[in-house]
Parts: sequence; structure tokens; C-alpha cells
Amino acid sequence: MDAYLLAIGTIVLIYALLAIGLNLQYGETGLINFGHVAFFALGAYTSALLALKGWPLPLSFLAAGAIAAFSAVPLGFAALRLRDDYLAIVTLGFSETVRLVIQQEEWLTRGVQGLPGIPGLFTSLAGTPRAWAIFLTLLAVTALAAYAISLLQRSPFGRMLRAIRDNEPAVEALGKNPSGFKIRVFMLGAALAGIAGAFYAHFITFLTPEQFIPLVTFYVWMSIILGGIGSLRGALLGSTLLMFFLEGSRFIRDILPGVAEVQMANIRLAMIGLALVLFVLYRPQGLFGKRPV
Amino acid sequence: MSLLEVQHACVDFGAFRAVSDVSLSLAEGELLGIAGTNGAGKSTLFAAIAGQQATSTGRIEFGGADVTRKPVHQRARFGLARTFQTPREFANLSVLENLLAAAPNGRHESLLASWVGRRASRHQELELVRQADEILAFVKLMPVRDQSAGGLSGGQKKLLELARVLMLSPKLIMLDEPFAGVNPVLIGEIIEVLRKLHGRGIALIVVEHHLQALKSFVQRLIVMDQGRILADGNPHLVLDDPRVQAAYMGGVV
Repeated sequence: MDAYLLAIGTIVLIYALLAIGLNLQYGETGLINFGHVAFFALGAYTSALLALKGWPLPLSFLAAGAIAAFSAVPLGFAALRLRDDYLAIVTLGFSETVRLVIQQEEWLTRGVQGLPGIPGLFTSLAGTPRAWAIFLTLLAVTALAAYAISLLQRSPFGRMLRAIRDNEPAVEALGKNPSGFKIRVFMLGAALAGIAGAFYAHFITFLTPEQFIPLVTFYVWMSIILGGIGSLRGALLGSTLLMFFLEGSRFIRDILPGVAEVQMANIRLAMIGLALVLFVLYRPQGLFGKRPV
Repeated sequence: MSLLEVQHACVDFGAFRAVSDVSLSLAEGELLGIAGTNGAGKSTLFAAIAGQQATSTGRIEFGGADVTRKPVHQRARFGLARTFQTPREFANLSVLENLLAAAPNGRHESLLASWVGRRASRHQELELVRQADEILAFVKLMPVRDQSAGGLSGGQKKLLELARVLMLSPKLIMLDEPFAGVNPVLIGEIIEVLRKLHGRGIALIVVEHHLQALKSFVQRLIVMDQGRILADGNPHLVLDDPRVQAAYMGGVV
């Protein structure tokens, strides 16, 4: 049970890192990013491939963040020309393109066969202590990221992001170019997703393109909606709540004996859907949000 | 020397010419009103000068520099500021924060400054707060300084927009229908603020639908019709112009 909870906790933290970045982009700046999983995938594959080539893990993690951040630059430029729904479509297309490129470039990624044998974290340890070491390291990284973002939110830079979200033409008319701010926000969110991807790669130690379908992006969206758009605490707790719905529904099995495995899977999905719908109906602003979705 | 120079400006939307060969020159510190019926082209001309609308042909100079192809934010940095017909306040920021966000040359606004050199940023912020407080007192918004801007009345939002552009120390402020949707008491206050700004040597262009309100305080009036300048000069003479009277439905001015 310990190992199971730690594994779930680790996944929650990976989602929390993704949610912090998306919350900065959408919650603070108003950029609709439906392609968050692309940066998660780029980070995961970057770190995995470099580690397989013998790079030390701290370096491959940094590279994952950097590659993800720089891959966000073209998207940032697209964001300057597009608004809202159009940006949503472009980012979604971008993430699917990234996934298909990973799938097709077999010489590099082994395509659908997947990338096995990725070096794990803390291999000098074993069993529960190792699971704790991974969990605590990730916790420290997530806490550091959350702290850095909370400083940013309270800084004049953060104020400018909220001004852009509230009224972009007014920002321009006041002599400021929103472009630079938006590109930085895209890059920062992508860097966090890239580092989350690196943790994921070395935690799971096996990557295939199917792990990076758009559903991952929407799980992150659910996290920030559950937690409350624009709230940092919400981004952290929203991922926990999401995982509670996703994983907790496994235990319904205990109270519903005599249901076939296939039926059970469908019942679970239906219950997750129902729980999310009810949650958003009765608490549209999320756990900590100030404004409704 | 003229502050703003518009030479033969045209703005086309497909086959429709919204602004047709408009030339005008504005001296430093001048107070100009632009009037015209709906669709006369005044708002389009306004947007072309501020930079939101590209001109098809013609040239726009501000402070001696050619700004015809410059984006909005660069024109604003030259000292060409504008307000909007429908107020564009930063609704989730406080009134004070609205002004702080408008402060130019923000080195403290860089991403890095969120984490490094926070003491220096705070110092710069305090100076800006002092400046903002002065402006808020000037437009009489001090009582709502810490309220969120989204909750202000229509007239207060117009004053806030005006206060916000004052943070740029502009040479010219262009106001798009500053009296539309504002209660009569606040109209008086806005006019008073505009008079004082004029007294400080800031040039003003006021686009307004209602001739009476304009006539009461501008030095010079331009009336537009069908994308062209119909008359330009002393407000009383312009309003007596038979062509202007004809444009305004048979002389009910």
C-alpha cells in the first residue's frame, strides 16, 4: 500500500508541475494552451534519450526544460497573432504534431515500439526508500517551482500578465508590447512541463508516443479547473483531487462485487465524468478560484 | 512647430473609403474637438492616428517623427496616448494597480526582476505609487484607490483611463467619446480635468458625438462627413457653416 500511495503521490506531483505552468499561462495571462502535453513529451524524450546516451541525470533534466522552453517560442509567436479559440486549435495541433513526429522518427525514438530501459532515479536505493527519495525530490522541485511562481505573481511582471489578460488592447495603448510577456510565459510554462516530463520518463522508465495523447493536456486542464483558475494552491490541490477521482474510483470495486472487469472500467469512467460535472456545477470557481470557469 | 501632422490620410475597408484624404495639423498644447454624425469617419481617423487602424495611403507624423507604420505601443511611447470609447480598464486590478501597470520604462517589470533584485524593484515601485497617488488625487479617484477597477461606475472608469494615460506623461491625449454613457455630474468633472490638462500644455483631441458638450470647451473644431473634413476652425464659425448644418440634418445644431 505504501508503494502504491507513493507512486500515486509521484504522479500527482508530476501533474502539479504541469498544472503550475498551465495556470501561469491561462489563469494569469489568459493564453489558452491546449497543447501542454507537447512540452511534457519533449521533456520526457529529451531527458530519456540523453540519459540513454550516458548524460548524467541532472544535466538531462536541465536539457529537457531548455528544449521544451525553446520549442515554445514558435508557439509564442503564433499566440501574438491569434486570440483565444484560434490559439487553442493551434496549440492542440502542435501537440498532435509533436506526438506524430515522435511516432514516425523511429531512428531516434523507436516510434510505437517505445523506448525501454530508461535509467531510473536513485538506483542505488531500492524498494520503499527509493520510492520516498523520488517522491521527496519531486516534492522539493515542485515546491521550489510553486514558490518561484508565487513570487512572480506578486511582482510587477505578474501584474502586467493580469493586465494583459484583462485587456490587451489597453496594454498596447499604454506603450507596452504584450508579445514579450506572452512569449516568456509560454516558455516558462513549457520549461516546467519539460521538467515534469523528465521526471515522468525516469520514473516510468519506458516511453511510447501513446502516453502523450491530448487527454493528458485535458487532465491538466481539469486539475486547474477543479483547483480554481488563477490560483496557485488550486493548481497543486486540483491535481490531487483529479487523481483522487481517477484512482479512487478503482476502489468502488470493493463495494460493487460481482461486476465484470469490462463493465467496471466503464462504470469508473462514468463516475469520474459525473463527479467532475457535479463539482463544476456546484463549485464553478473551483476549490480556491476567485472567478468561475 | 506642429506636434501632430496628418497628410492626405486614407483608410479603406475593401471598396469603402472610411477616411478620405484627410490632412490636419495640430500644434503643441492645442485643444481640438472632432465631431460628425455616425459613420462620418471620425472614429476611424482617431484609430489611424493612434495606430490601431492602418492607413491605406498618407502619412502621419508625431513630434517630428514618421509614425505611419509604427505599432500602437511605440506611438504611445512617443507620448501619443489615447482612451477608449468603451472603457478598457484592467478589471481585476485595483485602481492604483491600473496606474502602476501603465508606468513606462519598467525595468522592474522584467521576468528576472520577479526573483532577482527585489529590493530595487520595490524602491522603483514606491516612487511610482507616489506618482500614481498624485494623479489619482488630481482626477479625484483617491477614495476608490484600492477598489478593483471592474466595480467602478462608467464615469469613474473614464476618469481612470485618463489617469492611467497620465502616467505616460503624454504630449497628446486623444479621447474617444469621453462623455458617452457618463452621468451629467461626472461630465462636468471630466471637462474640468481636461481644461486643467490643457492648462498644463498637454494637447488634446476629443472625438465627440454631442456638439454642445464639445463647443463649450474646445478651441478648434473639425466636423467630418463621409470620411472628409467638412469644416475646420473656430467652433462657433464651424457650427454656423451651412454645410455643417446640412450634414447635421437640416441645421438642428
